[in-house]
Amino acid sequence: MSATETPLLEARNLTRRFGGYAAVSDMNLKIARGTIHALIGPNGAGKTTMFNLITGVLPPSSGDVLIDGVDVTGSRPDRIARRGVVRTFQGVRLFPTMTALENVEVGRFCRTRGGFLAAFARIPGVATATESATRRRAEELLERVGLADRRHMLASELALADQRRLEIARALAAEPKLLLLDEPVAGMNPVEVHEAGELFKSLCREGVTILITEHHMSLVMAISDLITVMNYGRKIAEGAPDEVRKNPEVLTAYLGTEAAA
Amino acid sequence: MLDPYTESVLIFTGINIVLALSLYLPVSAGLLSLGQGGFMAIGAYTAAYLTTEMQWPFLVALPCGGLMAGLVGLAVGLPSLRIKGVYLVIMTMGFGEIVRVFFLNFEPTGAASGLGGIATHTTLPGVAIAVLLTLLLCFQLRGSRIGRAIEAVREDELAAEVIGINLTYVKVAVFGLGAAIAGIGGGLYAHYATFIDPAQFGFQRSAEIFIMVVLGGMGSFWGAAIGAIVVTILPELLRLGNAQEWRMTVFGALLVVIMIVRPWGLLGVRR
Repeated sequence: MSATETPLLEARNLTRRFGGYAAVSDMNLKIARGTIHALIGPNGAGKTTMFNLITGVLPPSSGDVLIDGVDVTGSRPDRIARRGVVRTFQGVRLFPTMTALENVEVGRFCRTRGGFLAAFARIPGVATATESATRRRAEELLERVGLADRRHMLASELALADQRRLEIARALAAEPKLLLLDEPVAGMNPVEVHEAGELFKSLCREGVTILITEHHMSLVMAISDLITVMNYGRKIAEGAPDEVRKNPEVLTAYLGTEAAA
Repeated sequence: MLDPYTESVLIFTGINIVLALSLYLPVSAGLLSLGQGGFMAIGAYTAAYLTTEMQWPFLVALPCGGLMAGLVGLAVGLPSLRIKGVYLVIMTMGFGEIVRVFFLNFEPTGAASGLGGIATHTTLPGVAIAVLLTLLLCFQLRGSRIGRAIEAVREDELAAEVIGINLTYVKVAVFGLGAAIAGIGGGLYAHYATFIDPAQFGFQRSAEIFIMVVLGGMGSFWGAAIGAIVVTILPELLRLGNAQEWRMTVFGALLVVIMIVRPWGLLGVRR
């Protein structure tokens, strides 16, 4: 990106305190369009809190969040989703007693229209044009993440790796410009991790910018354009994978002081 | 022709189906209410006042009662967003009591002595139409964009919110819609009972509606309808035996047995 282009997402001096404890302090983050940006750090470094601040789940104690240069600090999560920033959760949050297909269809909510009156006015038993389009799109997305044959299973019946895929499909249904993935490959086997990495790269090629937190370092190193490292709620390093890998502060944070010496 | 007793049982069954569905709607978004009796009272009093004192035609007065209950429902629905689970149940209980005490002291509708002389406008075909329309409404909602959003809110509020569902809109709308239907049920009731007083819409009534939905199964509107039928007809069937004075005791015991054998409700899905 050129130096003058507005970043897709910008966090300025973002701080969140819980009582006296600062989970995130003074974080600055710029996410460029069309990149895969990784946010890494040891457990408790504040990565998930950052996600909560960006998506409006938690209000920041101070600082601003800008999407496309527009200040969205303090906006409700659904407004932020409408602006094109959609996330997944570390502990997978699906709609358990709905089918895989229905889960993805719900994701279309903010990109379709029709309230109560539209629901009552339709011919009983016949899907409207919008509903058929929603279904088609949902089926495409399930195909995309490899769940087409399991679309009528309940979300709660799927294996963990499939649940993670489904959550990504549901997020994609909301047509995000920026997709936030919170540890999307945790609990997956090496083959599944590889497939997920390919999926993220192909999504990025299609124009979905991705912010990912992950402990799976080889995946992070393989797919990221830029890596931001956090520790104790602060940014301690930022750069391309090769720079970050050699950064002494990062090694200290991950491995302790001996290794850095 | 039906004999008057059978007809009255069927009419009450129909009214109860409407009331059970009025509670099913907020329940389908995860909002439990023990205050449907209050909304029913607002609809009953509004419609009855309009037909008796203002001489409005029944078919205009009935929707007005529903509208009034719906508007109050929207006002009560707003705080319900911040209150969850058992606290919401307590809040709606409080609301039901407020409505009851309001009508107990409200002179224009007869206060404690009640409102009498209401013409009998509620007929069996009329109730049947109301039941069919309410069932159709629930059926139409299922599988629609807004219906799926309601389901998603019940399943996981946070997940629903972060993919772009406006929680405020969904919850308040579904609560208000349920209240309006309870108001219609109240209007139908008033124009069959011909006399209403605040005691008829107290906690007992709200709890009865609640039982219908839980008994039938909270997962589907058919369940709520079946629950209403069972709760209305079962005590009447028990009259057939020769233990009249034990009728309600047996009824209560049967409810307990049903809930032990099928805790997910008669038509509900085991989860």
